[in-house]
Amino acid sequence: MGSIFTLSIVQSALELGCIYSLVALALFISFSILNIADLSTDGCFTLGCSVGAVVTIAGHPLLAFPAAMAAGVCSGFVTAFLQTRMGVPSILAGIIVNTGLYTVNIAVMGFSSNVNLFGCDTIFSMAKEVSGAKWYGDWYKLMIVAAIVLLIGVILAWFLNTRLGLSIRATGDNEYMVRASSINPVFMITVGLCVANSLTALSGAVLAQYQKSCDINLGTGMVTIALASLIIGETIIGKGGMFKKVTGVILGSCLYRFIVAVALRLSVPAECLKLVSALIVAFAIAFPYLKGKADFYRRHRIPLKRNDGSGEEDEEVC
Amino acid sequence: MLTLKKISKTFNPGTVNEKKALDQVSLELADGDFATIVGSNGAGKSTLFHAITGAFYVDEGQILLAGEDITYRREHIRSKVIGHLFQDPLKGSAPHMTIEENMALAYLRASTSAHAYFSRISSKEKQMFREQLTQLDMGLEDRMKQPVGLLSGGQRQALTLLMATLVTPKILLLDEHTAALDPTTAQKVLELTRRIVAERKITCLMVTHNMQQALTMGNRTLMMDGGHIVLDVCGTEREKMTVDDLLAAFKDQAGRRLDNDRILLTR
Repeated sequence: MGSIFTLSIVQSALELGCIYSLVALALFISFSILNIADLSTDGCFTLGCSVGAVVTIAGHPLLAFPAAMAAGVCSGFVTAFLQTRMGVPSILAGIIVNTGLYTVNIAVMGFSSNVNLFGCDTIFSMAKEVSGAKWYGDWYKLMIVAAIVLLIGVILAWFLNTRLGLSIRATGDNEYMVRASSINPVFMITVGLCVANSLTALSGAVLAQYQKSCDINLGTGMVTIALASLIIGETIIGKGGMFKKVTGVILGSCLYRFIVAVALRLSVPAECLKLVSALIVAFAIAFPYLKGKADFYRRHRIPLKRNDGSGEEDEEVC
Repeated sequence: MLTLKKISKTFNPGTVNEKKALDQVSLELADGDFATIVGSNGAGKSTLFHAITGAFYVDEGQILLAGEDITYRREHIRSKVIGHLFQDPLKGSAPHMTIEENMALAYLRASTSAHAYFSRISSKEKQMFREQLTQLDMGLEDRMKQPVGLLSGGQRQALTLLMATLVTPKILLLDEHTAALDPTTAQKVLELTRRIVAERKITCLMVTHNMQQALTMGNRTLMMDGGHIVLDVCGTEREKMTVDDLLAAFKDQAGRRLDNDRILLTR
């Protein structure tokens, strides 16, 4: 079993976990806080990736991040505009924007379905030149992505405790209360979706520089993966303040990458990866429900079958 | 304080479900007036409240609050100066946020400048929230970090009342706010209402199905039926009125409506 967790696997799982945790944080805002299933996530991730890649190719590796975030804000604004001002149901608004973004993304990449960044300066290549030490060469990628995620996580947790953040949280929590308070729900949904999509796009831009390429199908299934990370995070961390929840989401994303890495290591063929992902997601989402069921059965069945209750424990473990 | 000039509202116009919920309703509430409203289901009481808060715009007529025309003002702007409590205690507060955060949201009404968006709850405000919670006498001041979802219905309604009046509103609308509570808690919330409204001299409208309350709370009693205000008593006339008188008037209205229907049907 020791061979499952080699150092390089742990490393790459942590690196990818950190990068994708930004998408999970975005869904934390839209799905958990605003209670909106934002299905434009897939397209928005690719948008961030392509904008980031194109700006990086143009020779501005650092500018790529704010540029991608700005693109994400635009995408989020359109989704929010459709559902708050045009009366489009929120799920449909996400799907419409997602479809439209496909063309936008191809256009951003110069009407090509992929671009690559080989030979371009990226934040990673720039950081690599700082020191030649062996340990640094092994860990600099993780350090950069961890720093980005840490920064975003702290800012996000701080933001959600400001008055604006409180208003956004209330908008998703109790619609009646918000209408009776002096909070404008339209504005709050718009701000929330813009912030969420800017994080999704940032994640895409970091990934583009990390893997030195961008592909039009990169974002496919992103919403499910992020949702799985989010739910794993919420399950392991439980109740708590905003800092604790944000930490949980990031941990959940890393844990998800570990699970995928283990699955790959157990010689699951690469073609089956999407199916493995779907199974993990279905299990992660069903887990809290099954746990509740198991608790219910434990409370009600064991007193009835006390004499042969020894076999009951096994099925509740999973 | 509040003036309604012949406001009307028809739901689903032009369909078989057409319902004239408010029909040329006029009402003048003086500063500090506390009026109770009685009326059967569908009389237009809640619709009247929603017209005032701006959940929808009225078809015709004018709404003035403190001399300002608010007929076409948007809901969230109006609600800066209107307190609204619902019958359902769960509607008034955000369950997954702490008591403190809920209070802070209610206190947003007080902040005027836009940069307050990025400010956090200050310790001075926390102290003020704590003092306010102490007067509820429910021990909530020691649970400020707990999510509101853990409170009982009565506690939530008391908290909602406190939140609605944290920044003194120009008018407080109470839509049967004690109807879903057990008798003891209802009495407590009612006492609290009476005290807060009297202390701050808040202009207040309260819907109730309790005839005794309708006559003892506040200084004025209104009765609504079929989208009209059919009875409006105050002063000595109200003092002399008994629950039986009010019930008689209630039955009288209901009977008259039946008679009208019968006339229509026989023709």
